[in-house]
Amino acid sequence: MNAQVQWLFGGLAGLLALASGVGWVLARRAARAGRGDDATIANLNDRINAWWVMVAVVGGAFWLGTTAIVVLFGLASFFALREFVTLAPTRAGDHVALVAAFFVVLPMQYWFVLERWYGMFAIFIPVYVFLFLPILAAFGADTSRFLERTAKLQWGLAIAVFCVSHVPALLMLEIPGYDGRNALLLFFLVFVVQVSDVLQYVWGKLFGRHKVAPRLSPSKTWEGLVGGVLSASALGAALWWITPFAPLEAAGLALVITAMGFLGGLVMSAIKRDCGVKDWGQLIEGHGGMLDRLDSVCFAAPVFFHAVRYWYT
Amino acid sequence: MSLLATLVGRSLTGFTRLLTGAQARWIGCGPTPQQRIYFANHQSHGDFVLLWSALPPALRERTRPVAGSDYWLASSMRRFLIHRVFRGVLVERRREMRTEDPLETMRAALDAGDSLILFPEGTRNPDPTAPMQPFKSGLWHLAQSAPQVALVPTYIENIGRVLPKGHLLPVPLLCSVRFGEPVAPVVGESKDEFLTRARAAVERLGARDGAAA
Repeated sequence: MNAQVQWLFGGLAGLLALASGVGWVLARRAARAGRGDDATIANLNDRINAWWVMVAVVGGAFWLGTTAIVVLFGLASFFALREFVTLAPTRAGDHVALVAAFFVVLPMQYWFVLERWYGMFAIFIPVYVFLFLPILAAFGADTSRFLERTAKLQWGLAIAVFCVSHVPALLMLEIPGYDGRNALLLFFLVFVVQVSDVLQYVWGKLFGRHKVAPRLSPSKTWEGLVGGVLSASALGAALWWITPFAPLEAAGLALVITAMGFLGGLVMSAIKRDCGVKDWGQLIEGHGGMLDRLDSVCFAAPVFFHAVRYWYT
Repeated sequence: MSLLATLVGRSLTGFTRLLTGAQARWIGCGPTPQQRIYFANHQSHGDFVLLWSALPPALRERTRPVAGSDYWLASSMRRFLIHRVFRGVLVERRREMRTEDPLETMRAALDAGDSLILFPEGTRNPDPTAPMQPFKSGLWHLAQSAPQVALVPTYIENIGRVLPKGHLLPVPLLCSVRFGEPVAPVVGESKDEFLTRARAAVERLGARDGAAA
């Protein structure tokens, strides 16, 4: 692991230590005021504790190297797809298509990433899987709500596997003068998008008044959105030295991915409302499921990947 | 338990968790080390493995599934699993083949202080969307002879989608196991009234937050 990566994860640990300290003080003040059971503070501390675990896991993968990072995101896709399919109304006739989605499509997509086979990585799911999964489902000979069932499985694969795989795919880009440092680009994407989620939450909790989309997500406010996106973009610009971008370019890309992240969160909220649930699952204490944590990354990663590929390789 | 049985048990629960999450929802009672009969809906052979995996390890050690000997004694692999790993309580479902009363077998396990997992429908319900089948009377008789044991209604969600009948490979889907408030026969209640009420308790758990996983 190179020195920059160590500095970055050290910095993250510092930020988290600060957050844990704030959480501890808040919980103690609440307990003194007789509000020891305050749900918002308990949830905040759960979230911070889960962040320690997530940073440790991602840090471990960075330390182990490329293969570990690809496998880690493959697992994330697995958990995300499992959450998505649980809420999709599949029937017994879809069983073979589902088995193929989990045990053939998902591993193959990440294998293309490991092999740096860009062509197949880019078209495998949108072309081949798009055509062959409905064929498998048709052999199930169950026509009831066929289009709906097929479309939902396609959508799940596109979000949970295709979009998520664009994060480790950053490792395959060949950027002149940036050899061997692509992991930093991955760090930039994930850090900026996630910190934007966190800052939107913090700005929203502190100053949130006006709701952006009350029907979709009651917790998203204009104050949170603008404050979070702008401060996260500023942080992204401040990280220009780990990227192949100039400071202003880093700011622009950070703005694009935080905006995509926010919009992705809105879309995924709409799907959750449609399914009648609040969270995708309970995998990560305080956060919900894997998709609750990854929804913004899903929408930001492909746009970031192709922007970098178009302008910098 | 032998080392091999422990290892197989751990890998099975680990695999079940990876595949299904095996989320336990303690709605009407807590995960306490009290002697219980967990009675649940039955859709798949995965049912009791899931229920068993969802229990905390300390409870799992003292909880034995009641299973049909016709299925579980059919091969040496199954015999190893049911005897050594799950420590199952085997009962003969075919009346004409019985050499001992299934109730006595179950009572003996309860007398030893163990908890039981019981599927009062008797056989698997092949269609997950169909209502549960009527309960067989074993639950009632056990409640009469062992009133100190809590009868916990349990609803197993989604496992029928994980491994539909006739397929070999499972699909990963989140499954939850919901534990309801214990039911007990009340004075003056007939056997059928009690069994209907017990079945309704499991169905109510199933209707809770519908599609949510």
